[in-house]
Amino acid sequence: MSNSQPLLICRDLNKSFGHTEILKNINLEIPRGKIVGLLGRNGAGKSTLIKLINDLLTPTSGEIIIDGGPVGVHSKEIIAYLPERTYLDKKLTIAQTINFFAEFYSNFDSAKAKQLAHELNLDLDQKIAKMSKGMQEKLQLILVLSRNADLYILDEPLGGVDPATRDYILDTILSNFREGASVIISTHLISDIERILDEVIFIDHGEIILTDDADKLRKKHHASIDEIFRQTFKANVSSDNY
Amino acid sequence: MPKLNFNFTSDRPIYLQLVEQLTLYIVSGKLPPGDKLPPIRELALRAKVNPNTIQRALTELEDQRLIYTERTNGKFVTQNIKLITKYREQSAYTITQQYFQTMANLGFDRKTTINYLKKEKNHE
Repeated sequence: MSNSQPLLICRDLNKSFGHTEILKNINLEIPRGKIVGLLGRNGAGKSTLIKLINDLLTPTSGEIIIDGGPVGVHSKEIIAYLPERTYLDKKLTIAQTINFFAEFYSNFDSAKAKQLAHELNLDLDQKIAKMSKGMQEKLQLILVLSRNADLYILDEPLGGVDPATRDYILDTILSNFREGASVIISTHLISDIERILDEVIFIDHGEIILTDDADKLRKKHHASIDEIFRQTFKANVSSDNY
Repeated sequence: MPKLNFNFTSDRPIYLQLVEQLTLYIVSGKLPPGDKLPPIRELALRAKVNPNTIQRALTELEDQRLIYTERTNGKFVTQNIKLITKYREQSAYTITQQYFQTMANLGFDRKTTINYLKKEKNHE
């Protein structure tokens, strides 16, 4: 694995559903060892882009190169994906779920998952159906971060969580992402997360508006990423119902 | 290891704020000369920022010679007291300047500003 090569490249990527263009000419490179914020309003195209990278959708045109190769078996092996909605089988216990992940993913670290569950005071024999929604979300994050992946993609990990859970999630990301691995976090809740970002990507109406180093942007605009984001999209407000 | 706390505002580069706050810990002696710094990951968790941001701040501090790297052993606060004193004086100068600037923004002339300092001194 060469380290100079970007982990993820999107080239002239387009996605349409019927006549509706969801993503327009996306060009993008994600280096190794970075936490990247994929920032955009609801409906901007964040989840569609993430689904393309995870091979859950097929591009209309353009290409995605991950770790030097196309989307497929290898890319799925090295990407750990936290979808927006929970997908856990509620009939299983936590221990059974951990075993399931260990069987499914060769790079899954069961010991780490158990350790993280333990730190959350979760009883491994508890059924997922009996857990609160917040706990289920935490468990799902634990499972994703327990994979020794090269790229972690977290789709709206902070949607609807309370401040304490948000802190837990950010801490868990910071303390568990592996050296040399990258994390893509999609969100519209920027102020909550901007501190941990190396780089930001602004996406709107299916197009990349801006990509830059977070601290460089702050320096340039004398403003937080959150403020820059709001200012950038203010101009577009009249054209839609934000 | 003393308890290091960090506070950031989001409207300025975080690595610069880290440099400032770590410099303050060093010049105030809370991070004493020759002391070992916590590992980058630990600092990242404590400051709740990205390890790369910590790395960037430490590189800056290293450029300023306020810390140094011992290969394989970690990063340490400089033992050069002269240098620490220099940065300490620099901090004092900056704070004083900021005070005069803020007072000037409030419309006070230099003489009145100094009188405020004297008054404050008498309160002690």
